[in-house]
Amino acid sequence: MKILVCISHVPDTTSKINFVNGDSEFDTNGVQYVINPNDEFGLTRAIWFQEQQGATVTVVNVGGADTEPTLRKALAIGANEAIRVNASPTDGFFVAKQLAEVVKNGGYDLIICGKESLDYNGGMVPGMLAGLLGFNFVNSCTELTVDGSSAKASREIDGGKEVISASLPLIVGGQKGLVEEKDLRIPNMRGIMTARTKVLTVLEPIAADNSTKAVKFEKPAPKSAVKLFSADDLDGLISALHNEAKVI
Amino acid sequence: MSLLIYAESQDGKFKKVAYELASYAKKIADSLGTTVTAVTVNTGNVSELSKYGVDKVLKVTNDKLANFNAKAYADVIKQAAQKESSKIIVLSSTTDSLYLAPLVAVGLDAGFASNVVGLPISTAPFQVKRTAFSNKAFNITEISSDVKILSLAKNSFGLVETSSSASEEDFTPSLNDADFSVKVDSVEKASGKVSIADADIVVSGGRGLKGPENWHLLEDLATELGAATACSKPVSDIGWRPHSEHVGQTGKPVASNLYIALGISGAIQHIAGINSSKVKVVINTDAEAPFFKVADYGIVGDALEILPRLTQKLKEFKANNS
Repeated sequence: MKILVCISHVPDTTSKINFVNGDSEFDTNGVQYVINPNDEFGLTRAIWFQEQQGATVTVVNVGGADTEPTLRKALAIGANEAIRVNASPTDGFFVAKQLAEVVKNGGYDLIICGKESLDYNGGMVPGMLAGLLGFNFVNSCTELTVDGSSAKASREIDGGKEVISASLPLIVGGQKGLVEEKDLRIPNMRGIMTARTKVLTVLEPIAADNSTKAVKFEKPAPKSAVKLFSADDLDGLISALHNEAKVI
Repeated sequence: MSLLIYAESQDGKFKKVAYELASYAKKIADSLGTTVTAVTVNTGNVSELSKYGVDKVLKVTNDKLANFNAKAYADVIKQAAQKESSKIIVLSSTTDSLYLAPLVAVGLDAGFASNVVGLPISTAPFQVKRTAFSNKAFNITEISSDVKILSLAKNSFGLVETSSSASEEDFTPSLNDADFSVKVDSVEKASGKVSIADADIVVSGGRGLKGPENWHLLEDLATELGAATACSKPVSDIGWRPHSEHVGQTGKPVASNLYIALGISGAIQHIAGINSSKVKVVINTDAEAPFFKVADYGIVGDALEILPRLTQKLKEFKANNS
């Protein structure tokens, strides 16, 4: 089984979010980048398939050269090889078209993406990729097993879960549950050393139009101070929620 | 040219988000001098939609669509959009709609903006405000394609009643076997519980509740308020509560009217996930806990001690106000 794991290079979840150039660009100053958490759950599951079922795992990212350390980290965790499509990921549709090209040329059986990235939160790349390729697609995937050419998956739904079966090739929009937090791997020294010599191919993008663009960013308006009640004044709190906030 | 919405239902009844979507689309349609068409799937009585400004309902009835299927439902919406020559399609932010939206986008070669939080800032060029960076910022997105798809963040517009009369029309899209190649084997749903996604009020517990044996206190409060129960990441990581209750940046997002945090300090990742909630209440022993910086109301105190008293007080309040 050939697995492709699509990786987004995103600011660490503790990053302070600021903007520069008239609020048109994200301020990368002092920001640490990581593998998008939803993608990391998928990558770790892919490594499980590699170890248990002999799958090969390729990781891919659409981004500039500055994203290569994130791909190297994925290689250090255990991916066999990496691909970087040399383009700025400015629009979900554009990114999906680049990835579709990589999938067509690579003949992958299983493509695992995170259900959304923690920077733009578009949540559209896995579905668009499925639409472009006509492959089966499971989003918000929390469990995944593969037997031969058929897959079983669980999908999180509002208030429960759905168990799904589909044949390969399959595209997955993954999240926590594919593996648990405790299963995530920190690269060890041996992994980091081998990652240096693994193949990282740089591809030039295909011509594709953007259908959206981020024009500007805004930070939320500063919040007014919290209104405190003493632990003995629960009536005060209830009255505020009823009369002022009107939520109960 | 009519705007198209997909009005979601469950067990034959519209979800509240369907009415919010109709209200929102009506407002855009008015500004563009056009109308709103809703497509529905296996919903018996659709007349409620006319209260929120829908002019026309395309009713799809098909046993094969009894279970949600993203590919087939996306095909239904795509064909409805083509029939109506819709240039703007508005979807909700439920798990199902976010699943099908990108498929519709590819089918119609449309630009798609998710997590939209208000009316378009301008319609030419078409610009909308959406949340990004896990609710830590907003992003103004311009959609340049001919057909545009928006998904509206839950609770970001509200319900607006308008008197209109909607015409109804049976609609039979042509579906093929490939639409059903992903098969649903089973659906497991906790019955009788309010889900975090649907809840108006969410009551959430952190490590300050000291252990799973104390959770009945939180559940009592949730029952009293008709609320869903949730928890912080550490609580689900140590196994006090199931992962399905974990809310935050890597867990479920919350956009309720009221979010009550009990014994949660408010790590930046937790706040990112719940910040779309309208009103936030925190009860925590540590007055320096970061949650107090983002909360509207707070009590510095022991959540375990306060919980039963709060539930009791709410019971009395309800008795006096009903």
